[in-house]
Amino acid sequence: MADLGSLMQGFAVVLSPMNVLLMFIGIILGVLIGVLPGLGGANGVAILLPLTFSMSPTSAIIMLSCIYWGALFGGAITSILFNIPGEPWSVATTFDGYPLAQKGQAGAALTAAFTSSFIGAFVAVVMITFLAPLVAKFALKFGSPEFFAVYLLTFCSFVGMGKGSPLKILVAMSLGFALAAVGMDTVTGQLRLTFGQTELMRGFDFLIAVIGLFGIGEILLSMEEGLEFKGKQARIDPKIVLQTWKELPRYWMTSVRSSLVGIWMGITPGGATPASFMSYGLAKKMSKDGAKFGTGQIEGVVAPETAAHAAGTSALLPMLALGIPGSPTAAVLLGGLLIWGLQPGPLLFVEQKDFVWGLIASMYLGNLVGLIVVLTTVPLFASILRIPFSIVAPVIIVICAIGAYTVHSAMFDVWLMLVFGVIGYVFKKLDYPLAPMVLALVLGDKAEDSFRQAMLGSQGDLLVLWSNPLVGSITTLALIMLFWPLIAKAIALVRAPKEDEFASQRPVD
Amino acid sequence: MSEPSTTAPAEGVRTTTVEAVVAAILLALGLVTATESWRLGARWTDDGPGAGYFPFYIAVVMSLASAGILVKALRQRSGDTEVFVDRRSLKQVLQVLVPAALYVLAVQFIGIYVASALYIALFMVLLGRFDWPRSLGVGLGVCVVFFLMFEVWFKVPLFKGALNPTGFLGY
Repeated sequence: MADLGSLMQGFAVVLSPMNVLLMFIGIILGVLIGVLPGLGGANGVAILLPLTFSMSPTSAIIMLSCIYWGALFGGAITSILFNIPGEPWSVATTFDGYPLAQKGQAGAALTAAFTSSFIGAFVAVVMITFLAPLVAKFALKFGSPEFFAVYLLTFCSFVGMGKGSPLKILVAMSLGFALAAVGMDTVTGQLRLTFGQTELMRGFDFLIAVIGLFGIGEILLSMEEGLEFKGKQARIDPKIVLQTWKELPRYWMTSVRSSLVGIWMGITPGGATPASFMSYGLAKKMSKDGAKFGTGQIEGVVAPETAAHAAGTSALLPMLALGIPGSPTAAVLLGGLLIWGLQPGPLLFVEQKDFVWGLIASMYLGNLVGLIVVLTTVPLFASILRIPFSIVAPVIIVICAIGAYTVHSAMFDVWLMLVFGVIGYVFKKLDYPLAPMVLALVLGDKAEDSFRQAMLGSQGDLLVLWSNPLVGSITTLALIMLFWPLIAKAIALVRAPKEDEFASQRPVD
Repeated sequence: MSEPSTTAPAEGVRTTTVEAVVAAILLALGLVTATESWRLGARWTDDGPGAGYFPFYIAVVMSLASAGILVKALRQRSGDTEVFVDRRSLKQVLQVLVPAALYVLAVQFIGIYVASALYIALFMVLLGRFDWPRSLGVGLGVCVVFFLMFEVWFKVPLFKGALNPTGFLGY
């Protein structure tokens, strides 16, 4: 129960006036980011990261994680009112959310979405509170082979659990690793893959890549689709909120199931998008109103939103406890830790108690603040979407450029961002997944370090990855994941596979 | 995403062609990385794995996988006629991309504030058909907000370039 004491201390840290203010700023910026096309959780946090360089790490992480919660909430607004998912994980929310809005029940749909987001996140935070310290304690015993095996598992899981061509996942991932290797080699001090270019000596910063790939790339995509916002009116009056809240307990089974799906997919690098689809599919199958799904069922909003938020929150568990993020946004936050001079990983729980528990406490409070903010300000954010695209597009590009510049105060980075934007656009159109690429870019150096240390310990013998039952089982699991597409094919030959009815709608991310 | 491809006659570049070109570029990148890593020392040295050890194997994976995609794309080429991006969409994409590149070029010379205000105003006038006073107003307003947010509140300096519009304020 020492953890509960630490948590209380965390609340004390968070509840200072400055931090509460930052929390509100973060949530509002986050919802704004979630609502605007081209700005999402990952690149929103990446752009605003330089703002926090001068803050204390605890205040910084509170503001940035609140931006993340805000973005998660914001995605639901566009899905329900405009039938345009602001984030990939809110695609499933459009299935029932938009029909509800068309029937004039936008208020009820939004209330249900926000409330279930809150519940999903809350369940996940409770899980993190109790599980993260245990995982961290366990991971303190890890040596470099174990860490490398966990990295291996993370990346192989993308191949095993990702949608789309496994070859493309592999290419995207190794491209990320290759870009991460550019620049000064930390062990030997040699310059790698710079081809004599001085600008490349700094290497490729993942923040620039994230801003370009997700920000500029997304703007180009929305431009191509000829984005037009024709939305439904939204007003949430307190009566509808209370009415919806009275109705929600009926769907407790869906909430529990979706939370569990979300937590599982969040801890493993499955991510929020597959979690929301899986949970929607399960709810459709198991609900007695399953046949009516897609025509505007509250339950069809509850399921994906709960799961997406639970997954988005749980993605922070491996980041905190192991230093291995479960999603691109968590990866950006991890990059933030490094910049603020903190070493992510299990030692964080021992050396930076204030920071860790402050963050966990801010997850509780941030989601509560988020719920209140979005319930009261939906009309305001909905009206932002009515601003013509010819104003929004240049402003977003300016924001991206400023974000890219402030990372290192280098103009070269702004050009690089533009290049990454084009890469992001082409990759998105050809279904190359961006998440594994970004994660590889962030984790490349760390994964390589643990690999080298493991190899040094064993004098180059790869069998060190099976040297004890723990590392052996992680490595074996990783290899199963890596070859899962082939294994699944083999199974399909023996037994006819079940059809995935939402396969075509699920985006590759 | 690009639904008109089935009805409209194939206009523009086919998806499989782009797929093949991208895979070829990635393959080339993989091969370059592999040779460069090999040169750096991709083998076991006296004090452990060399600097190119890890990148070399990464590059091998990348080359093999992109070769696989390339072969697949070339084999599909004859059957698939889906268009990667039709003319109209391409025009719209370039309408954003080209001004964005010009904007970055402008930032390089005249700094982020002046360039941003001009870029937003011009974008609004030329593509959004707004009138000049309103466009300039929005451009200037956005820049003032960014100035307050970055330089005043969070103390993060932005790129001023040759013109130094905020010099008189001491920033």
